[in-house]
Amino acid sequence: MWVFLVTEIMFFGGLFCGYAIYRGMYLPAFEVGSRILEVKFGATNTAVLIGSSLTMALAVHAAQTGKRKALMIFLVVTMVLGMVFLGIKFTEYVHKWNEFLVPGLRFAPTEGIPAGTSLPHVELFFCFYFFMTLVHALHMVIGLGILTTLLILAYKNRFSKTYFAPVEVAGLYWHFVDIVWIFLFPLLYLIGGRYPHG
Amino acid sequence: MAEHAEHIVPVKTYVIIFLSLLFLTGLTTGVAYIDLGPFNTVAALAIAVIKMLLVILFFMHVKYSPKLTKLVIVAAFFWLALLLTFTMADEFTRNWSPIPNNWGPSISAPAPRMQ
Repeated sequence: MWVFLVTEIMFFGGLFCGYAIYRGMYLPAFEVGSRILEVKFGATNTAVLIGSSLTMALAVHAAQTGKRKALMIFLVVTMVLGMVFLGIKFTEYVHKWNEFLVPGLRFAPTEGIPAGTSLPHVELFFCFYFFMTLVHALHMVIGLGILTTLLILAYKNRFSKTYFAPVEVAGLYWHFVDIVWIFLFPLLYLIGGRYPHG
Repeated sequence: MAEHAEHIVPVKTYVIIFLSLLFLTGLTTGVAYIDLGPFNTVAALAIAVIKMLLVILFFMHVKYSPKLTKLVIVAAFFWLALLLTFTMADEFTRNWSPIPNNWGPSISAPAPRMQ
């Protein structure tokens, strides 16, 4: 599992690297784009995802100690938190659509763009925003599928104190996806100079 | 991955890590509203790295994992560091030389990308 996660580190690492390059090239436009994002969504989602990581860790703990009922409860809570995350993410996408901030399809922002900002480069920022968050959300959806499978297996009483590797491995995956968001949140939402200028 | 003589992390540890992660999320959000110049990015990245380490070491049990697992992870991050370091070293040192060259835009006529 760790070897798979290593490939995932390289995959997301490449995206972050690309983002860093273009951010360095078009810093002013990327900072404008970053300030348009709504911190409340990003921060709430960070907290939700950290909470889901806690319940996932507790699910693994329940599996290790052979507590089937607790395992199932924690799996369900983790899935609910994962769906809350995706719900908030979806709401945020709807906001972006209504604010004409979807590159390619509907991009004509009016608010929050200081004079002299290079719009195509703000659009590029939103390309990165959508691609990186969508790939992350896809990982979340896959994670929900894995947890559903675990829940069914736990219901069928397939796990025991000596056999819980699937739960543990799914936990690793879930925490990894959490870590990706831990980096996405500050890099996309926070470092665009949100303090008052001048 | 399936060694069964595993260290079982107490629930209390998980809760402490969870609270620390929430605190750090609040901290990174708060710091973003204070003008620290270039250190805003440094602070955001430093806090993110601390949060990552907490998740990896405790939630992902790496603190209690065999050395081979640790080696695989360190190797992965080393590789990622190579990618980032050399890309950034290239990006941020372009057009530093005042000597005009013949293979690209000179500093007297900066490339559009440097605007």
